[in-house]
Amino acid sequence: MNVYKALIAAGALVAASVAPAAAADISGAGATFPYPIYAKWADTYKKETGIGLNYQSIGSGGGIKQILAKTVTFGASDAPLKPEELTKNGLVQFPMVMGGIVPVVNVDGIKPGELVIDGPTLGKIFLGEVKTWNDAAIQKLNPGLKLPSQAIAVVHRSDGSGTTFNFTDYLSKVSPEWKSKVGSATSVEWPAGIGAKGNEGVANNVAQTKGSIGYVEYAYAKQNKLPHTKMVNKDGKTVAPEMASFQAAAASADWNSVPGYGVIITDQPGAGTWPITTATWILMYKTPADVATSKAALEFFAWAYEKGDKMAEDLDYIPMPANVVKSVEATWTAEIKDPSGKPLFTAR
Amino acid sequence: MPSRRMPVVDIALRDVPAVAATPPDRKRVLARLRLTNSSFRTLTLLASILVLVILGGVIIALIEGSLPALRQFGFGFLVSERWNPVTENFGALAPIYGTVVTSIIAMMIAVPFGLLIAVFLTELCPPWLRRPIGIAIELLAGIPSIIYGIWGLFVFAPFLQRTLQPALIDLFGPIPVLSTLFAGPPYGIGTLTAGLILAIMVLPFITSISRDVFEAVPPVLKEAAYGLGCTTWEVVRYVVIPFARVGVTGGVMLGLGRALGETMAVTFVIGNAHRISGSLLAPGTTISATIANEFTEALGDLYTSSLVALGLILFVITFFVLAIARYMLMRIERRIG
Repeated sequence: MNVYKALIAAGALVAASVAPAAAADISGAGATFPYPIYAKWADTYKKETGIGLNYQSIGSGGGIKQILAKTVTFGASDAPLKPEELTKNGLVQFPMVMGGIVPVVNVDGIKPGELVIDGPTLGKIFLGEVKTWNDAAIQKLNPGLKLPSQAIAVVHRSDGSGTTFNFTDYLSKVSPEWKSKVGSATSVEWPAGIGAKGNEGVANNVAQTKGSIGYVEYAYAKQNKLPHTKMVNKDGKTVAPEMASFQAAAASADWNSVPGYGVIITDQPGAGTWPITTATWILMYKTPADVATSKAALEFFAWAYEKGDKMAEDLDYIPMPANVVKSVEATWTAEIKDPSGKPLFTAR
Repeated sequence: MPSRRMPVVDIALRDVPAVAATPPDRKRVLARLRLTNSSFRTLTLLASILVLVILGGVIIALIEGSLPALRQFGFGFLVSERWNPVTENFGALAPIYGTVVTSIIAMMIAVPFGLLIAVFLTELCPPWLRRPIGIAIELLAGIPSIIYGIWGLFVFAPFLQRTLQPALIDLFGPIPVLSTLFAGPPYGIGTLTAGLILAIMVLPFITSISRDVFEAVPPVLKEAAYGLGCTTWEVVRYVVIPFARVGVTGGVMLGLGRALGETMAVTFVIGNAHRISGSLLAPGTTISATIANEFTEALGDLYTSSLVALGLILFVITFFVLAIARYMLMRIERRIG
């Protein structure tokens, strides 16, 4: 995580928790990826309404464990739960915000956005089959670039993470060999490379290691000024990682095709679509024990959907499209209820 | 002085007025003394039992937590290299291998250097230099391991990638066995780098314990040897080291205990890859690095349980290493004492 951003976010959370609480504070735990934007929203929301949000960024796995143990109002995860898991535990799941994952490289003479890579080649690199930068597979995609004969050092996450889940999901979609040999999960058995902890660990290792390639959240690549690559998307078009290509991916997804909005938006069709785009989800109980706090949490999320877009874009996150927000809010009204069966949330 | 012969109870009674010193009072004071005595004994006993309870609790928790994994994989857990969270197929061989190999590298470097420093400090060092070097060694021991990790990743690993690793690859490339051991590409980080960082971290332990046991060698032995015309080398080789052998071994074992369990510094520089590679330059992983990396996001009971089982294995390894260390140190203390 960008240190500066983390400090601001941590400061915001401390400030939010120290200030006298006008109402019961909302508590949440989970994914580290959306932590900066949740902290920013929480800080602004606290100033406007006096209601605080205490979010612990302990990781998606931890977030799922915490909500199942009922120690928090909501859990947050970068990997969606399966519909049957949601039904079994009486949980509601909805996407909160989106981000992009970009391959970053450290090759002498390659500037940000110069190198073009397609999915199958990326799969071969991470499988350890393409071993040097001047391999024919990479050279073919970059006829104008002079690539060195240097060995490729693959850098991946050593901890379980939603970023890995989405990245490996993409590789499974574009490379049958990856799908059969490795598969997709929050952590996998990597066939090659070096492991580093967290987005910041991957970013640092790529920055330190000559000839390396890794994958990080877009915000980390942008803030650490790491040379990102362009990607060839499903339509065969070369795209750069930027807000427009991430939004194109979000817009092309059919969010209602999976219960709990568990749509993984990697490898989406569309000429301008960035192929490795991800969402992050919130988990809440259908019949929460603490009705008042859950109600406050839903109001906070509604506020974030309505007023948080600018803040999200400032931090390089992608806001949810308006039609998805409308659908999510309808889901709240239909599914999240107090013990008497009264909905906790009604759209304004 | 007469009071020295007085029974304790009379001393206690001396401070109360003489009229009160009647037999019933004497009995009461005795009872109070007995109570204080026995309650103090109970208190110390409870404090000591607490240690056993905590240790027992840790062992029970580790065994209980690792049961699902051990039941699922059985003995195969110790000898399988697989670590696949997708198919939930786990084996501990790669982390065990990494833990042992990094510790061996660390010991191979730190033991000779530690002994050389200790010999210099006790036998050869001019007195004015003794204190600065001694303090520097102790400061080295006081640096938090995370600092070593950050320094290792940002300074040491890129330095090795540019200098030592290409040199090793070129040097050993034509030699059959060593060319596998030092096969490229140079990543900077990897098993060798982790071993080197560990060597720096355990060096102060070995140095300061060796220095202490060297200083415990009776001067008369050394003086006698010098008197016979021995050179400094001969005194160190035939008098100091044989006398201090057991103590030095104890110090080495304590250093080894630290090397085996070190987490943060290793995690930064080892590369965290669940693979056993013939090359020392390739990334690997250790038990503690694996646990630190994966515990927060371990989904599913089998995954978590496998990580706890790794902890149990490390506990057993370090327990034996430290037990041997204590035994060695006990023997040297008895001999000096």
